[in-house]
Amino acid sequence: MGAGHAHRLYRPGHSPVHALPPHTKLAAVLAFVLVVVSTPREAMWAFGLYALLLAAVAYAARVPAGSVLKRLLVEVPFVAFAVLMPFVAQGERVDVLGLSLSVNGLWGAWNVLAKGTLGVAASVLLASTTELRELLLGLQRLRLPPLLVQIASFMIRYGDVIADEMRRMRIARESRGFEARGVRSWGVLAKSAGALFIRSYERGERVHLAMVSRGYTGSMPVIDEMTASRAQWSYAFALPAAALVVCLLGWTL
Amino acid sequence: MTPVPPVTPVPGSSTGSAAPVPSLEVAGLAFAYPDGHQALFGVDFTVGRGERVALLGPNGAGKTTLVLHLNGILTAGAGTVTVAGLPVGRQHMAEIRRKVGIVFQDPDDQLFMPSVREDVAFGPASAGLRGPELEARVRTALEQVGMAAFADRPPHHLSFGQRRRVAVATVLAMEPEILVLDEPSSNLDPASRRELADILRSLDVTVLMVTHDLPYALELCPRALILSEGVIAADGRTGELLSDDDLMREHRLELPFGFDPRSVTMGA
Repeated sequence: MGAGHAHRLYRPGHSPVHALPPHTKLAAVLAFVLVVVSTPREAMWAFGLYALLLAAVAYAARVPAGSVLKRLLVEVPFVAFAVLMPFVAQGERVDVLGLSLSVNGLWGAWNVLAKGTLGVAASVLLASTTELRELLLGLQRLRLPPLLVQIASFMIRYGDVIADEMRRMRIARESRGFEARGVRSWGVLAKSAGALFIRSYERGERVHLAMVSRGYTGSMPVIDEMTASRAQWSYAFALPAAALVVCLLGWTL
Repeated sequence: MTPVPPVTPVPGSSTGSAAPVPSLEVAGLAFAYPDGHQALFGVDFTVGRGERVALLGPNGAGKTTLVLHLNGILTAGAGTVTVAGLPVGRQHMAEIRRKVGIVFQDPDDQLFMPSVREDVAFGPASAGLRGPELEARVRTALEQVGMAAFADRPPHHLSFGQRRRVAVATVLAMEPEILVLDEPSSNLDPASRRELADILRSLDVTVLMVTHDLPYALELCPRALILSEGVIAADGRTGELLSDDDLMREHRLELPFGFDPRSVTMGA
């Protein structure tokens, strides 16, 4: 316990971007990403414009560039694949700094890198300006299957509880002289994981009991009715609309 | 089988001579788990409207099994449970679950929504309440337990005592006929324990409190039942039951060291 009151990605604020209803933001980010991935990779200037668009959103949301860049690091493991492409791809080759690289591979790497980075940056902005709980409400509003939304919501609610249980089990192990060292400790760790699973499963049963006791019949009741005005929708869609213009230009020019 | 002491009418509770419909009536309730283990062997008792009754008993006496019958989670093998004149059964399950508010022992099981407000709203919203009416219901319930200022907090960031109080509010929001508390004082520090007692006393609702915290039962409930080996072994004034050393010993009930129920004078 004691982890902040919201998730770590969220930056509390009162900007116009924060104030938008979550489902409009979700839809806008999805549309933006779709537009970005359908842009031809040769139109390099278009990706620069997209980045500028996102920078404008970040400015409006008062999210500092540093925090966006830091969170972009999550992308690094995926980028490793893109870096390999110029070396392994087939076809025409070109010499760069004494290395023989595939032209096709270079374009491919650029394609993955640019589109991926833009997508992650858009998601980072969404997460920085929308609380987790709101995101769930937004997904619910966008008609994501209710079961998926419920599962995600329970994950958020019980993540800390289960982490806490895990911590207590670790303390109990260590208090009795256990040290996680080498292969021989794996058996103990595996048993702990099993015990944790069973405890969580039993908690699930108790939670279900408590839900049924309060009238749960299979679907979550709608507690917060969310509506978005036409103005809010158009405000949220300013980003993907601008991106669409850039994309069309990219195809025609 | 132990002789059952006569039920003495407890003054200060449901004194109306017209005998209104009792909040809870359990008659001949017996239940065996699918594995053959029989937990209840014919339980009979009645809780009048507005009464606060403690259900005492040692571990394994069948207290929790009994509680799960009150809102139809478990179905009786024999006998009946009636809540405010309505028999517990398939046909009015939703109504029964609204009328019987169970506060479970672990508030982490009870509070499953991402924020306190949504959790308190869950019951009434499941019953179909929406908009300002729902808001008002949530606010009232949170005010009753003194937690209105915490409405937008996630439950896992509250102290244990606060979570227990919110758990009570989640049930109060359904405006139940009877509030059933499973070990309400467990894991509470003395201050939280007293705060919860103050809250429970201030509520105008029938309470059935399942506990083996005997001083707490004496403090809050004028009347007590002893459930032992699946039957009601005694039913009477809490102070008298707790002072009956033979009865207590027979049912594995023990008072904390130094506690003498005879020396306690009950206020009001």
